[in-house]
Amino acid sequence: MAEQDWKTSKRTFAAVSLPTLFWVLLFFLVPMAIVWLYSFGENRGLTDIDISGTLDNYKRATEWLYLTIFGKSFAVAALVTLICLIVGFPVAMAITFASEKWRPWLLLGIMLPFWTNLLIRTYALMMLLGTQGFANKGLGALWEGTSWIKTLVGLQPLPTWEPVQLLFNNFAVVFGLVYVHLPFMVLPLYAALDRLDRSLIEASLDLGAGHFRTIMRIVVPLAAPGIIAGVMITLIPALGAYLTPDLMGGTDSQMIANVIERQFKKANDWPFGAALSFLLIYAMFILIAIQSMRKKVPEVR
Amino acid sequence: MTEPAKPIIQIQNVSKRFGKVTAVDNVSLDINAGEFFVLLGPSGCGKTTLLRMIAGFELPTEGRILIDGQDMAGIPPNKRPVNMVFQSYAVFPHMSVADNVAYGLKIAGVKGAEIKARVAEALELVKLGGFGERMPDQMSGGQRQRVALARSLVMRPKVLLLDEPLSALDAKLRAQMQFELSELQEKVGITFVTVTHDQDEALSMACRIGVINKGEVAQLATPSDLYEYPANRFVADFVGSVNIFEGKLTLDEPDKAAVDCPGVGKIYLNHGVTGPHGADVWVALRPEKIYLHVPGEGKAVKAAAQDAPDGYNFARGKIKGMSYLGDITLFEIELDGGARIRVSRPNLSRHDQEDFTWDDRVSMHWRADSPVVLLG
Repeated sequence: MAEQDWKTSKRTFAAVSLPTLFWVLLFFLVPMAIVWLYSFGENRGLTDIDISGTLDNYKRATEWLYLTIFGKSFAVAALVTLICLIVGFPVAMAITFASEKWRPWLLLGIMLPFWTNLLIRTYALMMLLGTQGFANKGLGALWEGTSWIKTLVGLQPLPTWEPVQLLFNNFAVVFGLVYVHLPFMVLPLYAALDRLDRSLIEASLDLGAGHFRTIMRIVVPLAAPGIIAGVMITLIPALGAYLTPDLMGGTDSQMIANVIERQFKKANDWPFGAALSFLLIYAMFILIAIQSMRKKVPEVR
Repeated sequence: MTEPAKPIIQIQNVSKRFGKVTAVDNVSLDINAGEFFVLLGPSGCGKTTLLRMIAGFELPTEGRILIDGQDMAGIPPNKRPVNMVFQSYAVFPHMSVADNVAYGLKIAGVKGAEIKARVAEALELVKLGGFGERMPDQMSGGQRQRVALARSLVMRPKVLLLDEPLSALDAKLRAQMQFELSELQEKVGITFVTVTHDQDEALSMACRIGVINKGEVAQLATPSDLYEYPANRFVADFVGSVNIFEGKLTLDEPDKAAVDCPGVGKIYLNHGVTGPHGADVWVALRPEKIYLHVPGEGKAVKAAAQDAPDGYNFARGKIKGMSYLGDITLFEIELDGGARIRVSRPNLSRHDQEDFTWDDRVSMHWRADSPVVLLG
């Protein structure tokens, strides 16, 4: 009994793993395969798709118009990832070096947004950023205040406050995506920083380095696995973001996922949508492949 | 060594509290320039906190620390003239050995050619010449410790702090490193302050030892004084192995004293103890200072070493336990008075361990200068 190893007992292994394997095959790989086949098909009627093996969908997907949308999606996702990294790194550091008492609460704060549906969070954010939202009201109050002070000292008042357009543009998309993806960046960064031997940081200080140099020369290089994990886990979903650009973006800020959605719904061009989807999947594959081929940082315990 | 001892580190009335826990309690001690000083104590006694306060990683709640006459209050770790070798060595895993050693020099703005020369010199000093290009994960624990040593020594600090430097090494390597550290300290002439819980380590390396117990200095002494003249029961018990008996002081004159220890017998000392007459005291007696009488030759030995009045410093009992350790044999003996006593006996000849066996009745004596009377 004590010697039992489920890995060597093939029947137990099969009993445990087969249902899951079956589930993955049936509900994940099969639909993917169907979509993949569609990408080589053409529309014959409203619902009839003929899988003819044509490459026309891919040809169309690589037209300039779509390439620019792909490019823009990459640019937006990269910018979002960069902002998340710049904002998230100090946050992760703060959590790592917070006292035992505070750390669980800070981590809870990072994870709290996951308790609320993304759609609700996005609408809440839109209310915040709208022309009648808190952000604009706050700015307006500041504006009026400045204007009032100017008249008080006998200067010309400022012109009437015009609300700033914070929504339905590229700024709103980047802002919304950063808001949504920040926890994805902070958590792997925290995991990496938490594993870091504190005495390495102390050794650096002891050898005369200041805090900034210690972070750049010791903390960042040793947290590299966490940084890369955080970048991947932020970049990939940001690249395929659909809801945020759809709700918060303007007419010129759609990302590739919005185009794909339109093919499956309004345009009713499933083969073309499938081809776009697979191009996106291939792009993500390449990203993951690059990451896994990276030389491992040696770890000394 | 003839110049008068000059304190390089002065710890003055330093206390450190973490919330309600007092880690270091009003400690004052001076560490002299050029000495190998060891802070010895059980884990959690505050010795590491004291070391970290010297390095600047913890700030004293009260009191002050001076290094080379300069008050260290408000001076961060990276501006202090001390360097530390960490318990985990803290060798930067993403840098080669040479880059590790050069790290502090680069920050200090030392020129490239000089860095190269000093790194090579430091690595040579710790017997790692030619290992510069290695990465830390290609090195053993002992080698990584040498890297940490070189990385600190290359900075030419006024004081080198070592936090449990040998605790992660296996026994053989530890014994070797004890010698090497002492040798290195003599060679570079830098003051070493080491923290350890290992009394062998402390006794073998230190010029002076500060024994720390519950955040306070229990005794400050040279290794031999610490062992032969412990100031209190804690030190006697913590440093080495010891028998401690409770007793009453029955005689106390400048050149002799006597203690009556129930269960053991009457103990005679050839010096005074300046304790209140009739006071409750403790007597510490090291196991190796008790001579077991081999049947047949007992009387002769006793007669030869008789420096106490009849009936003193002599006991009989029964062997209740023996453990043969190769160089010595340890005996656990139940005395006729009821007390248990530990005696160690060197195995001077190959057959010495055959002299005694379990349940043998034995007699023993000790010299009048062996017991130590402890008042606290």
